[in-house]
Amino acid sequence: MSIFSGWIARASVLRNDNAKGPWGGGGGGGSGGGGDEGGPRNPWQFPPEGKRGRGGNATSLEDFLKRTRGNGGGGGGFGGGGFETPGGKKVWIFGALLVLAVFLAFTMIHRVGPQERAVVSSLGKYSRTLSPGIHLTLPAPFNTVRVVDVTGIRNEDFPQAGGENLVLTGDQNIVDLAYSMRWNIADPESYLFQIANPESTVRAVAESSMRAAVASVTLDEIIGAGRSATEVRVQQFAQQMLDEYNSGIQIQGVAIRTANPPAAVDEAFKAVTASQQAAQANLNQARAYAQQIIARSQGDAASFDQIYEQYRLAPAVTRQRIYYETMEEILAKSNKTIVETPGVTPYLPLPAVRGQAQPAPQPQAQAGAAQ
Amino acid sequence: MSWSLKNPMVLAIIAVFVVIVLSMSLSIVPETRQGVILRFEEPVGTVNRYREGEAFGNTGAGLIARIPVAERIVWVDKRVLDIELENQQVLSIDQLRLEVDAFARFRVVDPLRMVTTARSEQGVIDALRPILGSALRNELGKRPFAALLSPERGQVMDNIQAGLQNVARQYGVDIVDVRIKQAGLPSGSPLDSALERMRTARGQEALTIRAQGERQAQIIRAEADAQAAQIYATSFGKDAEFYNFWRAMQSYRYTFNQRADGTDGETAFVLAPDNAYLQQFRAGGR
Repeated sequence: MSIFSGWIARASVLRNDNAKGPWGGGGGGGSGGGGDEGGPRNPWQFPPEGKRGRGGNATSLEDFLKRTRGNGGGGGGFGGGGFETPGGKKVWIFGALLVLAVFLAFTMIHRVGPQERAVVSSLGKYSRTLSPGIHLTLPAPFNTVRVVDVTGIRNEDFPQAGGENLVLTGDQNIVDLAYSMRWNIADPESYLFQIANPESTVRAVAESSMRAAVASVTLDEIIGAGRSATEVRVQQFAQQMLDEYNSGIQIQGVAIRTANPPAAVDEAFKAVTASQQAAQANLNQARAYAQQIIARSQGDAASFDQIYEQYRLAPAVTRQRIYYETMEEILAKSNKTIVETPGVTPYLPLPAVRGQAQPAPQPQAQAGAAQ
Repeated sequence: MSWSLKNPMVLAIIAVFVVIVLSMSLSIVPETRQGVILRFEEPVGTVNRYREGEAFGNTGAGLIARIPVAERIVWVDKRVLDIELENQQVLSIDQLRLEVDAFARFRVVDPLRMVTTARSEQGVIDALRPILGSALRNELGKRPFAALLSPERGQVMDNIQAGLQNVARQYGVDIVDVRIKQAGLPSGSPLDSALERMRTARGQEALTIRAQGERQAQIIRAEADAQAAQIYATSFGKDAEFYNFWRAMQSYRYTFNQRADGTDGETAFVLAPDNAYLQQFRAGGR
């Protein structure tokens, strides 16, 4: 109670001193008196001491100063700002408690998500690791808590910003490689306490092991069938290196997204593909020819065999028949000139013959073919 | 006016004083750091020094006491640190120029020695970086370029690490490993000539594939021809004389009745009366 009354007293004294405060009396003349009956009364204004007649509590300036100091430094701010309520002290304490409570709440209560673990150190020394859930620890300076996303998988892409990433292969060729490495944290304590820059370490390790792995395969392997084997090897290499550092990092997988010859030589690689296609086409044509020629020979042979069977039964007749049939067919479609009388030398109008036979292709079209 | 303990002002002053004294005489040692205690700048001991295989919680981390003013603690990182080395030009024994990025990982195992020789981690890194560079150049300079692209690479790395470790020991530092991050051909003529070599190799491959295909195709055609010839010979060989006649007939039919373009042609015959076909014609029914 004595503190409370002191506050009031202090406020009253201030009233007398600083009548021109933000809520100071409008008609206040300034010196000493503060409250004039004539002026309009500010509703926020604390009634002047004299009016209210707060008899027993009237204190001297000296007393006020002493009490103010005793109450701690903040009090002056209230007075100066004109925030003058009888409960000022309470507000101050309440505010301080609120700040303290918030601070404690933030440093004592920890919500650990399902993919997280929280590593608790007490005064610097590792104490325990908290699993998912709500946990209570000691407040800040005594327990420090670092929450680590453990199961969430990070992805590191190489090259980071696109463009070419040229890697030397075992046969001294160059391949343009884009790959990614996925990792998460197996051991949060090691992750926090063992290595200085986990992300850059993972990147360096990934790059180093990828290049080491690619350096042991040929260009054709990395572009073609050897990819998945390389991925497995890179993962093993990288995990081994990270384990050497006790990093607590687990490599979940390595994926080679693209493995292409560099753009500068891409055309030559396409030429190889083109010539493979051409060679295949060539082979196909040859096979088609082979099928055709063999089928034809088989057909011809079969038809000859058939005829020959019949010919053997009656050779003379068959022979005559075939001859006449053939001649009939040929001569029926042709122009014929028969020179009957011996000793007459026929004059053969060659242009006329030509005109009929067009650009006579076969000069051997001469008589006496079937002698 | 009483200066009793009940006076809040006095209490506050005392509290502040206590906090100051405590903060000067107590230090929190985290798991990630080790410290060297200097008493009037004279090293008197270490705290939380790295020991291999220690379990967290049983290390030297925690609260330690020190003498205010007289003692101070120099902190040294306890974790694995790295030295990065970028764009080192290396010449292999077969005079091939290489651009190498490498890194070394190390850990301070003797903080006292480290503080006295290099002052800080950065000092160690600055001291070891040129040594790593020269170890790299020496070791790679002894080998052909191809050695880098082979299992021998591991041996190279071990040698470099051993060379670096010799120096690192003087700084109280343990090299965890040394790795080549990138080994590439420098841009310009070395890279261009390598690409040109790749290009010509592929050109050669393309021509070889094409030629192989043609060869294979020719073989297939020849084999088919041979097989056809065999089939013909087997069949026609039964009576060569009749084959001659029969084939001639087929041939006349084809050649006399067709033009070169495959349409029906017209052939003009001038037949002599003694033609075999006209034999009956001339005989006059006799």
